[in-house]
Amino acid sequence: MEWETVIGLEVHVQLLTRSKIFSGASTAYGAEPNTQACAVDLGLPGVLPVLNEEAVRMAVKFGLAIGAEVAPRSVFARKNYFYPDLPKGYQISQYELPIVARGHLDIDLEDGTTKRIGITRAHLEEDAGKSLHEDFAGMTGIDLNRAGTPLLEIVSEPDLRSAKEAVAYLKKLHSLVMYLEICDGNMQEGSFRCDANVSVRRKGDPKFGTRVEIKNVNSFRFVERAINYEVERQIELLESGGKVVQETRLYDANRDETRSMRTKEEANDYRYFPDPDLLPVVVDAELLARVRETLPELPDAKRQRFMEEYGLNQYDATVLTATRELADYYEHVVRESGGLAKPAANWVMVELAGALNKSGLELRDSPVTPQMLGQLLKRIQDGTISGKIAKEVFEAMWNGEGEPDEIIEKRGLKQVTDVAAIEALVDQVIAANPAQVEQYRAGKDKVLGFFVGQVMKASGGKANPAQLNELLRKKLGPAGG
Amino acid sequence: MSLGPAEVKNIAHLARLAIDEDLIPEYAKNLSGILALVEQMNAVDTEGVEPMAHPMDATQRLRPDVVTETNQRERFQRIAPATEAGLYLVPRVIE
Amino acid sequence: MHDKTIAELSAALQAGEFSALELTQHLLARIEARNGDVNAFITVTPELALEAAKAADAARARGEAGPLTGIPIAHKDLFCTDGVRTSCGSKMLDNFISPYDATVVERLKVAGTVMLGKTNMDEFAMGSSNETSYYGPAKNPWDPQRVPGGSSGGSAAAVAARLVPGVTGSDTGGSIRQPAALCGISGLKPTYGRVSRYGMVAFASSLDQGGPMARNAEDLALLLNAMAGFDPKDSTCIDRPVPDYTARLAASIKGLKIGLPKEYFSEGLDADVAKVIDAAIEEFRRLGAEFKEVSLPNVKLSVPAYYVIAPAEASSNLSRYDGVRFGYRCENPRDLEDMYKRSRGEGFGAEVKRRILVGTYALSAGYYDAYYRKAQQVRRLIREDFVKAFAEVDMLLGPTTPDVAFRLGEMVDDPVRMYLTDVYTIAVNLAGLPAMSIPAGFAKGMPVGLQLIGRDFDEARLLNAAHKYQQVTDWHNACPPGFE
Repeated sequence: MEWETVIGLEVHVQLLTRSKIFSGASTAYGAEPNTQACAVDLGLPGVLPVLNEEAVRMAVKFGLAIGAEVAPRSVFARKNYFYPDLPKGYQISQYELPIVARGHLDIDLEDGTTKRIGITRAHLEEDAGKSLHEDFAGMTGIDLNRAGTPLLEIVSEPDLRSAKEAVAYLKKLHSLVMYLEICDGNMQEGSFRCDANVSVRRKGDPKFGTRVEIKNVNSFRFVERAINYEVERQIELLESGGKVVQETRLYDANRDETRSMRTKEEANDYRYFPDPDLLPVVVDAELLARVRETLPELPDAKRQRFMEEYGLNQYDATVLTATRELADYYEHVVRESGGLAKPAANWVMVELAGALNKSGLELRDSPVTPQMLGQLLKRIQDGTISGKIAKEVFEAMWNGEGEPDEIIEKRGLKQVTDVAAIEALVDQVIAANPAQVEQYRAGKDKVLGFFVGQVMKASGGKANPAQLNELLRKKLGPAGG
Repeated sequence: MSLGPAEVKNIAHLARLAIDEDLIPEYAKNLSGILALVEQMNAVDTEGVEPMAHPMDATQRLRPDVVTETNQRERFQRIAPATEAGLYLVPRVIE
Repeated sequence: MHDKTIAELSAALQAGEFSALELTQHLLARIEARNGDVNAFITVTPELALEAAKAADAARARGEAGPLTGIPIAHKDLFCTDGVRTSCGSKMLDNFISPYDATVVERLKVAGTVMLGKTNMDEFAMGSSNETSYYGPAKNPWDPQRVPGGSSGGSAAAVAARLVPGVTGSDTGGSIRQPAALCGISGLKPTYGRVSRYGMVAFASSLDQGGPMARNAEDLALLLNAMAGFDPKDSTCIDRPVPDYTARLAASIKGLKIGLPKEYFSEGLDADVAKVIDAAIEEFRRLGAEFKEVSLPNVKLSVPAYYVIAPAEASSNLSRYDGVRFGYRCENPRDLEDMYKRSRGEGFGAEVKRRILVGTYALSAGYYDAYYRKAQQVRRLIREDFVKAFAEVDMLLGPTTPDVAFRLGEMVDDPVRMYLTDVYTIAVNLAGLPAMSIPAGFAKGMPVGLQLIGRDFDEARLLNAAHKYQQVTDWHNACPPGFE
């Protein structure tokens, strides 16, 4: 029996505003419990919400970036349920009229093709607080600092057909929201969270199977694992004559399994209705135009441009446009080096990436700035140093020894291009190795390599290889007499 | 629409309200009376009428993204039923 | 001193006849002596009041006094007052010391008023008789066997009993106008969005509106001047300039076109009350007003629509009372579920629970369209009726209530019958319009209220008409026997 997997993802993106969506409290992460929960966040009697303009702009920006319809009029609704980290007993969200609807994202499949994934909607809502289950004499502690942090919930169509596609979609979305600078993308801190709706059906069956919602899959690795586990569980169940129950399951990363949280029957009746404390949100042509102006070059367009403008292959272009920061870094290096696009790509992808990886640093913390790397490439290009010496300079820059020219100077790494100086070394080497001279002249032209090596060694690696070759040939005379 | 005891119990659960068992018939009667009153609305055709959210049909004003609030935890927690280490305490939440 | 209106007190304070401190001390003593008769106050704040009075006198000495400097007032106990209990008439908030001031409270403070305390009310403003208060019912000073109306019953009783010259109230379905009518005082419900709702504990957000209650229209204008205006903390508050409501009080109302909605004079209206209203119409005619019958065909649906919208919004607004961050928490909860259910079950009274249940039901799966959405549509039809009427007339006039104050306990067992007593006031809240009630006479020995309904933001015209009427009548000066 052949089975097909059907996946839809709901991603909660924390928007990078300074203040909360409905109050003037800070959204900064990591503060002491409840020190960033103001009267509005606590839902004190009598308080009222006022919408943060930046949250609206960010949602609109996202809508424009995925080619969606930005609703000229959207409405906030209350989702009513009781939970201790939900202070008002309802979450302010959007229900019938979300701010963004009907967009799409193109993902790259492993076979090199792209696939368009529909995005049903993206709506604004407020985050809840956190329940801390450490033991307070058998009690749970509630921290409401996070309550009221703006979220954009992005709901995909059930267009994904494997865990790999789901991960590709998530990575693409993750990269996009960071490109747009509407989210810091920090998954450990919960800035980018994912729930997956998973079902299976017999291949060719036009109807979807019963879906299960998996909560709490908050890393790319876990998404893939949780979906694979769930797909296997469902197929096994169906093949043994069982039935999939519509339910919510929680992914347990430690055990690598999903377990049931609540079934459909136990599901909440959220009693959505328009929030009477908030009025319809209007996005007019003017706001739309202003947001459009702030839209950066998007990842797909940038990749295409990198291939055309810098002559990069698709793989390199994809890697270098994975984040806006990396792409900016690369382009800065290219500019600084005077247009050395391909060497810049190699150095960024190999040396720089390697060093970052080894040290565990983020790009923004790299001790080697794009200016420094660009200058370094220039010095290779103009023959001041060789590629090999350049690696040494790079390491010195990484260790904070200064600008490339400074290091080259201080360490005396400049290639010796002074003909007289090289000539003197060549003469010395020739004089010291008569046997090899004999061999060369007898026709063993491979011995030339020996001489190059010897002179290089004597020069401390600084002799210009092209110059050296030419000089040696001249001094030794034609090989093979 | 008239409500029976089972429905009253279900609604009371949704609203997280403890209600005395012996008062349930009374509530059922009262609620049914209110619903009968409310159903007089059905006499009018509202097809195509836009629901009214605000009498002036005003739209949402936007607030600049500025942090205006400072830490007032101590003040706010003075009126809380139970706190510890800056946290509000509730009976253990079982996930 | 206690028989003076705000305008009179303001003049006397300015003339130096007595100080704000003396006035405050006098009224605090009077509250101490007489509050027991009417149960109008839940909390009295003598220390704060004396301090504020001294500050007012000092401001006057510096030449910084405004018309409300040193004027004693009280707030309905759903306006949050920093450092003072804000109970909403509920056991749920019996221990709630608000950590902040409502915008209205702050504005009246800035205007120099002296708060004497917090007034009694139906629990969470749900009621028309003040009988649902956790602190016992306030009583009608005209007859302590009768209700003062609700939900701002304590506010109305306090003014009628001459315990305080002006108070704040809130009006969701008539909660300012109905008790004003039943206690023989004046009360104004402003246009929805005219007065900030920030810090006014929500009952039904799309209907609630705070407003002033006092002896006459002039005093209402003075209070509204301080209360009205844009508040960036309330998204539903309208950003629109505030006129000086006292400026047009004395203008002639000759040629004013007043509509008489025929639905407000149909069956259900007590004959004695009708006579009082007819006499008032004659009075207005003598002042030069012209009358015309108009029709509001959909107002008959206002009570049904209201009893969906108000409970639905209330059921959600009151979810925050969960025993976690403030308010009542039950003893020894077994678990979280038990804490929620018992805290709310024990903290709320019967009427509040009834309305939460109705609202929860109306919003629950499968019923939203039939109830809430339908009611919001009916609401628009009702508003359109008013808009049509206002194309022909400048304001509407009718009774505030179908009858005078009923007896305590008379309707507690029949909620629907009690709801129907608000039939003349509710439509105004659904439509968002400004309206007021002023004393127009007596029926069966009890005060009768006359209701004036205006166009959006036309408070000044309502106050003008009411003031002109009050200059040629004396009903608003009538004092309940024993409270002179």
